[in-house]
Amino acid sequence: MNEIIESVKNLSIGFNSQKGKQISILRNVSTNIKKGETVGIVGESGSGKSTLALAMMGYIKQGLFPLKGECLFKSKDLLKMSSRQLEKIRGRKIAMIPQNAGQALTPNLKIGYQIDEALKLHTDLNKTERDKKISELLNKVRLPSPETMAFRYPHELSGGQQQRVAVAMALAGKPDLLLLDEPTTGLDVTTQAHVLELLRFIAKDTGTSMIYVSHDLGAIAQVSDRIVVMYAGEIVLEGPARKILKEPIHPYTYGLLKSIPKLSLAGLPASMPGSQPQPGSINEGCSFYDRCNLATDNCKKNSPDLEHIKELDTNVRCFNYKELINQNNNLQTSITKKSNNSEANEVLKLKDVSISYAKQKFFDQLLNKISDQNPTVKDINIDIKKGETIALVGESGSGKSTILKSIAGLLKTKDGQIKFENDRILSSDLKMRNPNDLRAIQLIFQNPDESLNPNHTVEQILSQPLKLYFNLSGEELKKNIIDLLKKVRLGEFYMSRYPRQLSGGEKQRVAVARAFAAKPDIILCDEVTSALDVSVQAAVLNLLQQLKEDLGTTYVFVSHDLAVVRAISDRVAVLYQGRLCEIGPSQNVYKFPSHPYTEVLLGAVLEPDPDIKPKLVAEDIVEEKPPEKGCSFQGRCPRKIGDICNLEVPPWQIGENGNAIRCHINIDELASLQQ
Amino acid sequence: MLLLILKRIGLGLITLFIVSLITFVGVEVLPGDACTTYLEREAYGAALDACIKRLGLDIPAYERYLDWASNVIRGDFGYSLSGEMPINEVLGPRVKNSLVLASVSILIGIPLAIVLGIITALWRDKFPDIMISTITIFSMTIPEFISATLLILIVAIWLGWLPGIVIIPSDATFYELLSNIILPVVAISMIMTAHMARMVRSSVIQVMASDYVQMAILKGVPYWKMVFRHVLPNALLPAINVVALTIAWLLGGVVVTEVVFNYPGLGRLVIESISNRDLPVVQALAIILASIYVGINLIADLMTLMLNPRLKSLQIRK
Amino acid sequence: MESNLITEDKQKNKLEKAFEILKTMASKPSGLIGLTIVLFHVILALISPYIAPYDYKAISPNTMLLAPSAEHWFGTDSLGRDVFTRTILGGRTALTVTFFGSLIALLWGGLLGIFCGLVGGKIDDVVMRVVDAFLSIPWILAMLLIVSLLGTSTEVLIPALGFFYGKGIVRVARAATHDVIAKDFIVSARARGHSNMSIIWNEIIPNVRDAILVEGAMRWSWMLLGFSSLSFLGFGVSPPTPDWGLMISNARGLMSFAYWSVIAPIVGLSSLIIGINLTADAFAKALGIDRSTKAPV
Repeated sequence: MNEIIESVKNLSIGFNSQKGKQISILRNVSTNIKKGETVGIVGESGSGKSTLALAMMGYIKQGLFPLKGECLFKSKDLLKMSSRQLEKIRGRKIAMIPQNAGQALTPNLKIGYQIDEALKLHTDLNKTERDKKISELLNKVRLPSPETMAFRYPHELSGGQQQRVAVAMALAGKPDLLLLDEPTTGLDVTTQAHVLELLRFIAKDTGTSMIYVSHDLGAIAQVSDRIVVMYAGEIVLEGPARKILKEPIHPYTYGLLKSIPKLSLAGLPASMPGSQPQPGSINEGCSFYDRCNLATDNCKKNSPDLEHIKELDTNVRCFNYKELINQNNNLQTSITKKSNNSEANEVLKLKDVSISYAKQKFFDQLLNKISDQNPTVKDINIDIKKGETIALVGESGSGKSTILKSIAGLLKTKDGQIKFENDRILSSDLKMRNPNDLRAIQLIFQNPDESLNPNHTVEQILSQPLKLYFNLSGEELKKNIIDLLKKVRLGEFYMSRYPRQLSGGEKQRVAVARAFAAKPDIILCDEVTSALDVSVQAAVLNLLQQLKEDLGTTYVFVSHDLAVVRAISDRVAVLYQGRLCEIGPSQNVYKFPSHPYTEVLLGAVLEPDPDIKPKLVAEDIVEEKPPEKGCSFQGRCPRKIGDICNLEVPPWQIGENGNAIRCHINIDELASLQQ
Repeated sequence: MLLLILKRIGLGLITLFIVSLITFVGVEVLPGDACTTYLEREAYGAALDACIKRLGLDIPAYERYLDWASNVIRGDFGYSLSGEMPINEVLGPRVKNSLVLASVSILIGIPLAIVLGIITALWRDKFPDIMISTITIFSMTIPEFISATLLILIVAIWLGWLPGIVIIPSDATFYELLSNIILPVVAISMIMTAHMARMVRSSVIQVMASDYVQMAILKGVPYWKMVFRHVLPNALLPAINVVALTIAWLLGGVVVTEVVFNYPGLGRLVIESISNRDLPVVQALAIILASIYVGINLIADLMTLMLNPRLKSLQIRK
Repeated sequence: MESNLITEDKQKNKLEKAFEILKTMASKPSGLIGLTIVLFHVILALISPYIAPYDYKAISPNTMLLAPSAEHWFGTDSLGRDVFTRTILGGRTALTVTFFGSLIALLWGGLLGIFCGLVGGKIDDVVMRVVDAFLSIPWILAMLLIVSLLGTSTEVLIPALGFFYGKGIVRVARAATHDVIAKDFIVSARARGHSNMSIIWNEIIPNVRDAILVEGAMRWSWMLLGFSSLSFLGFGVSPPTPDWGLMISNARGLMSFAYWSVIAPIVGLSSLIIGINLTADAFAKALGIDRSTKAPV
C-alpha cells in the first residue's frame, strides 16, 4: 500500500516574459503519490495546480518549459522521455479526466470511436471484444442505453453525460494513476454530486490512485485521502485530508477555509484581504506575506521552507504555524449580519409574472399576441421588502436570471405585473420607464470581464451613471468617483486604469461601484460571485453586505450556490424550470420540511468537511422544457406520489418553519418523511 | 437538412437575381445607352435605328429586362454588337478555355495550400514555417500582372524554357491548352495558394490549441494519427468557406493574367468587350461570373453541411 | 479648468496609445520593415516633384531605350523619357487615389456595417443580401464598366474604388458589432437607460473601431493592387502621367531587350504593396486581431 507510483522532485516550470525574464509559475514543488490513494490538489486560479497535474503526465503546455526538477513515474523521469515513450504511458499508465469534457471530446468523432481509440492503443483486444468493452465501460459510468450511446456525437450529450464519457475513456486503458483536472467544475450541483459519487466508487472499485485537482475544497473533501494546498506556484500545506480540513496550520489554508460559505453556518464568511500575487511579481520573502495576519518582519525578508511536522504528518511552509495549532475551533465562525426590519414596506412586487422565450409566429406578432401556452417562467409571485436581500436559487434553466432581466426591463413579461413602490406598475418595456425608475433599479453581472467596457478607464465607467442620472461634471464628478471607489475600498489611483489591468475581484468592485453610483433602491445581482475565487468571493459578499447596511439598499440576489445564498440572503426563493417551489426566510429554508427539490439541492451541496457526505436523492436528468401540466418537478421528484403530480399544479402550504412550499404531499407528512 | 439545402440554393438564386438587376440598372443609369455608346460618333441615322431595333431599346426598360431575363434563364444571352453573332457562340470557347485555366490552378492550388498550411502550422515559428510564411506573404501581395510579367521575363525571355505568350486558336483542344498554360497557372495560383495556406495555417493552429487535441495527446494517441483524425477534420471544415471566397476572388486575377499571356479566355473577353463598349456581352459576362461565384459558395456551404457532425445529427433527429 | 485637465489627459492618453501601438508594431522586424517602406514611399511621393532630375513627359527620340547609366540611372523608355524620374513620380497618383479610396471605403462600409449589426432582423437580411450580390460581381468587371463609361479621372476612380472595396468592410463591421452588442456592458448601459446614440458612441464604436481600422488598412493594400491592375489594363490614369501599372504595361512588350524599364516600376509597386501589407499585419497584431482567417473579398 505504501508503494510510491509517482514522485515529483523540486519541480519548477516557467516561461520567458516579453522582456526576456524567466518567470516561474511552479516553484520547487515536491510530492509523492502512493498506490491506491487519492490526493487532492487545491488552489485558486493561477496557483499552478493544473500545470503541476499536466506535468505529472509529462505534458508541458506550449510556451512553458521545465526549469528544474523531475517527475518520476515508477522511477523514470517523464519530463525526459521521448514522445514515443510518453505515448506508451499516457492513457495506459496515467490517464486524464479533463475539466470541460464538452470541449475535450473531439467534435467530429463519435463517442464509441473515441473510447475505441483508447482501447486500440492500450489493450490487445480484438474488434468484438472491444465493442463489448465499450458497452461495459459506458455501463460502468452509468450512462443510459450504452449501445446507442456509442453512436452519438459529443454535442448530443448533456454536460454530465460528456463528463461520464471522459471517465469511461480514461478507464479504457486500465491506468494505475488517474488525473482529474476540475472534473466537476461547470456542472450543475446535483450533476456534480453524482459525478463525484461515481469517481469515488471507481477509486474504490479499481484501486487506482487518483490526483484530484480543484479550486473547490468541497469537492476535494469528498474524495481525497491527502490534500496538497498550492499558493502562488508553491505547496504551502500538505497532509491527511481530515487534518488539513479540520485543523489547518497554514494561515492561507485557514483563511481559505474560513472564507467558504457553509450551509451549516448562518452569516457571512470571513474574508482575506488582497489577492494572490501574479507570477513574476514575487520577489523575496513569503508569497503570502501581503495577506497574512500572522506575518512578521522575518516573513517579509525570508521565504519559509516546506517543513515536515512529524506528529501531525503534515508539511507546512510557514514560520509561524504554531500559532494556528490550537485555534481550530474558530473555523466554525462567521460574521453575523444585521438582519433587516421585517416590518418594512414592500418595495417591489412580482404578481403572476410569466415570461416566454418562445419565438412568436408571424401572425401573432402582427396581432401583438403571445401564444405560448407553456412559458419559460410562469406564475411568479414574490413581494420584496425594502432593505431585504432576497435570493433566487436554482440550477441552470431554472429561470432565475430570466426573472432578473424582466425586473430590469430587459425582457418583456408575457403576463403579470411588476409593481414598484406604492404599487405603481413598471412597464415591461425599458423605453417606457421613467428615468427615475431606471435609476432606482441597477444590475450587477456575473462576469466583470464582460460587463465592463474594455476600452474605458475606471473613471469613464463610473462617470457614466453619474453623468446620466445626476448631470455631474468637472470637479464634482471627480469627487463622486473618488467617493465611490472609496466605498468599494479601491484607491483613487484606480481611476486611470483599464479593466484589463485589474484583478477579477477589483473588476467586480468597480462593477459594484457603478451600480451604487446611481444611488439605487434595488440592486439586481446576477451570480455576482461565481466567477471569482473563494477568498475574493468572501470579500465581495462582505462588501455588498456592508454597503447595504450603510445605504439601505434592497438586493435581489441570483445564485446557484446554496451556501452563498445562505450567507447573504434574508429570504430565499427556490425555482425549478421557471416555477417557484419554495419561498421563505433563509434560516428556515435550510431546515425541514422542504420542497422535494430543495431537499435534492441541499443534499447535493458539497461541504469542505469529510464527515458531511452529499445525499443523492434524485437522478441528474437534464430537462429541456417545463412540463405542460402539473408540478414542475414531476420528472425528477424522488417523492412523487402519483398521477396527481402530473396533472395538477400543487397548492401552496405553509410549513412549521414558516416556509411556503408548493407540493401535493401534506406538509406534516413531508416533515416526517424528511426527518 | 433538405430544407437547409433548399434555403441555401434559394439564397443563391436571389443573389443572382439581384446581380442581374444591378448590371441591368447599372447600364441603364450610366450615361448613354448601349447603342450610342457602342457606335460613338456614328450614332445617327440608319445605323442607330438598326441598333436600337436590334436591342429593343425602343421598348420600356422593365419590359426589356423581363425579356432579357427570361431569355437568360433559357440560356440565350442575345446578340453581341461587335461580332454580330449570338453571344453564346462568342462565349462557348472562351468559357471552356478559362475553365481549363481556372480548374488547373485550383486543382494544383488547393492541395498545395493545404499541405503548406499544415506544414507551417505544425512547425510553427520553426524554420519551415518562417521560410514558407515569408514566401506566402510575398506571393500574396504581389499583383498577378507583376508576377506574370516577371515570369515571362525570367522563364520565357531570359531562360527561354517556355513560351511567353500563349498562341493557340480559340478552339484548341484540352491537350494543346495544357502545354501552354503552365506559366499562367503559376501566376494565377500564387496569390490564391498563399491566401489559402495562411488560412489553413491559422485554423490548424487554433485547433491544435484546443482542449480536445490536448486530450488526445494525453490519451496517448500517436502524433500523426492525432493530426489526421483529431486535428485536420476540425481545422479544414471552417476553411472550406474561406477557400471558396478565395477562389471566387481569383476570377479577377484570371482577367489580368489572361491579358498578360494573351490567353483567349473569358478574362480577355471582358477587356475586349469593354474596350468595344459591347454592353450586351458585358451583361452576359457579369451574370456568368456571378453564377460561378455563387455556385462555388453554394458548393462550399453544402460541403460544410455534409461534413459537420452537428448538422448531420440534425438530419437524423428530424 | 478641471474639465480641461481631464480632456487634456485624455488626449495625452490617445497620443500615448497611438505611440504605444507604433512601438509594438516596430518591435518586430516585419513591422519595422513595413513601416519604413511605407514612410519612405510617402516621403518620396511628397518630395519627388522637387528632386526629379528630368521632366517626366519630355519625349526625346535621341535617348530612346538607353540602358542604365550615370545620366539615366534606370535607363530610358521607348519614348526616350527618363525611367528614374518616372519611377519616383509613379506612385503619387496610386497613393493618393487609394488612400482616399480606402477612407471612403472605411467610412461607408464601417457605418453601414455597424448599422446592420445594430438593427438586425429583416433590414439587416436585405442589406446583407445586396452586399453579397455586389460581392459576387467580380470587382474588375464592375470597375472596368464604370471607368469605361465615366472616364478615368480621379473624381471617378476614388469613389468607385471606395465603393467596391467598402463592401467587405460592411461584413467585418457587422460581425464585430454583433459580437459586441451581446456583451454584458451593452446590456448594462441599456438597463441604465442610456440613449441609443450614447450607447453606439460610447460603448459600441470604441470596441469595433480596431477591427474596422485593421480592415481598412488591409483594403488599402488590396485597393492599390486593384488600382494598379486597372492602370496596367489601360483603364487607370491616362498617359503621360507616370504610373507604375501603366509603365509596366507599356514597357512589357519591349522587355526582351529593355528590361530596366519594366523592372524599376515593378520594384516600386511591389515594395509599396508589401510595405502596406506588412504594416497592416503588424497593426492588426499590435491590436490583437488575427486577420489571416479572412478571405480577400
